[in-house]
Amino acid sequence: MIPGRALRTVATTLVALALLVGLWEGYKWMGGVTDDTWPGTSIELPTSTDDLTMPHAADIAGELFEEVRDGRNRLPLSVFLLKKAWFTLQEAAIGFTLGLAIGLGLAVLMLRWRVAERGLLPWINVSQTIPLIALAPIIVTWGRTRDLPDLVSISLIATYLTFFPVAVSALRGLQSPDAAHVELMRSYAAPWRTTLFKLRLPAARAYLFPALKIAATLSVVGAIVGEISIGTKTGLGRAILEYAQRYAVSPERLYASVVGAAVLGLAVFGLVALAERLVVTRTQGLTREVGS
Amino acid sequence: MSGAAIAIEGVDKVFNAGSADEVAALRGIDLAIRPGEFVSLIGPSGCGKSTLLRLIGDLLTPSRGTVTVFGKPAHQARLDQDYGMVFQHAGLFDWRRVAANIELPLELRGWSKADRAERSAQMLDLVQLPDFGRHYPRQLSGGMQQRVSIARALSFEPKLLLMDEPFGALDEMTREHMQLELLRIWRETGTTVVFVTHSISESAFLSNRVVVLSPRPGRIHSVVDVDLGDRDDDTREDPAFFAKATEVREALRAVEAGG
Ligand SMILES: Nc1ncnc2c1ncn2[C@@H]1O[C@H](COP(=O)(O)OP(=O)(O)OP(=O)(O)O)[C@@H](O)[C@H]1O
Ligand SMILES: [Mg+2]
Repeated sequence: MIPGRALRTVATTLVALALLVGLWEGYKWMGGVTDDTWPGTSIELPTSTDDLTMPHAADIAGELFEEVRDGRNRLPLSVFLLKKAWFTLQEAAIGFTLGLAIGLGLAVLMLRWRVAERGLLPWINVSQTIPLIALAPIIVTWGRTRDLPDLVSISLIATYLTFFPVAVSALRGLQSPDAAHVELMRSYAAPWRTTLFKLRLPAARAYLFPALKIAATLSVVGAIVGEISIGTKTGLGRAILEYAQRYAVSPERLYASVVGAAVLGLAVFGLVALAERLVVTRTQGLTREVGS
Repeated sequence: MSGAAIAIEGVDKVFNAGSADEVAALRGIDLAIRPGEFVSLIGPSGCGKSTLLRLIGDLLTPSRGTVTVFGKPAHQARLDQDYGMVFQHAGLFDWRRVAANIELPLELRGWSKADRAERSAQMLDLVQLPDFGRHYPRQLSGGMQQRVSIARALSFEPKLLLMDEPFGALDEMTREHMQLELLRIWRETGTTVVFVTHSISESAFLSNRVVVLSPRPGRIHSVVDVDLGDRDDDTREDPAFFAKATEVREALRAVEAGG
């Protein structure tokens, strides 16, 4: 079963990728033929299709094998991006872990005291309306005045993005058990803590994981945005910033680094999905029906 | 009513008192249940059987009157973990295997792992699911799940067993088997049982006394004393059993007729 499923996942991924490339190249080809207008009209396309705006997919892929300078060494762009991604991944992982802890903590707090829910929930919502671009420099400045390494500040920016979906979904999950389940625990005279650990937290898992998948990708976004606004010397964010400045010279390179960021996001998403399968699906005897 | 296992005195229960959806569920309930007695509650749907059971179990508090269990307030009895409960719906935890579900109350009582495993195996035999300990609830049929929830309630030999239509989801043969098993456990452990049912024959077969409730607000219409002694499958064809079932049926008819 497992190898078959893995094979299917790979196959769907490849098909999706082929579709994407097909759309990209098709659109580009169409723009080339009609001089960037919708066929049969004089309405302009939303983006022009020249090689500077939309490099060929093959060129973007090829760029990954071009050599770039990394300090004294020269290595293929793909390897270079991987090295950068490793830093970003660390920041994202710290941010994700912190966000998970804070989000869960807030959810438990709000579960325990309705007052806390009424008092906190609006602020948690408001927190997400502050634009990251405005918040990042504040966190960075705050971190530097306390001599914290930039890694910490960047992780905190990632935390800021991740705690929100965790808190909201965890609260829903903790409140999800049936009245009958809560009454059963009551009939055992189980204290609040026991009910939390034996009933509410296990029940929350099914709600938490979809949010964790979002949080994982957000943590990568947070780390990259953090790197860019901090101006670190390393990380994917740095690479993206650099290549953005040299876009006019080689647009393929920026696209390639964006692809790198997307791959990193997908990778952490996949990791959480895997954890979900181990923790939720397998421990509830959920058998996948044929065709689903 | 000293020495009673359960003493219910002058109990009213009104839900949402004072608002538009106010429901007077029970009125003026007086009932004493002796230790080791098996009492069934029967009555039309919505007459307050579950409510009365939940009042005894301290899952609800009376609007008026008192519920005393083993000489102490129901609340204290719950804190002392005197209750085993089986609800209308199985209420198993999806993420726990069947055996772990049965072991939940034992876990909360601090039993060792080995003791728990031994007991859950015994209980699974009892409810005739010996091979299903490692399954998850979703992999069981509704009736099988209900048997697991019965095993869970019996696992710690509670002093008081409160059962809300526990056999409602079972087929006739399993139901009859479970009835005999329940009687055997009841005899062996000397536990007190309050048993809610819709089935006239079930109430007559199992109980020492059948309490017939009339609907809204629920009151005790009459109490049918049953004394069938030792029961087995032959009892189901015994004229004495038919006579008691008829008595319960007539009380219920009187209730439906508004008597
Ligand atoms: N939590 C509640 N809030 C409001 N009303 C309730 C609540 N629980 C029960 N009731 C009302 O109390 C009455 C008795 O309900 P109860 O569940 O005790 O009936 P029952 O005899 O167990 O019925 P059934 O045989 O259908 O299970 C019903 O009218 C019901 O609407
Ligand atoms: Mg009921």
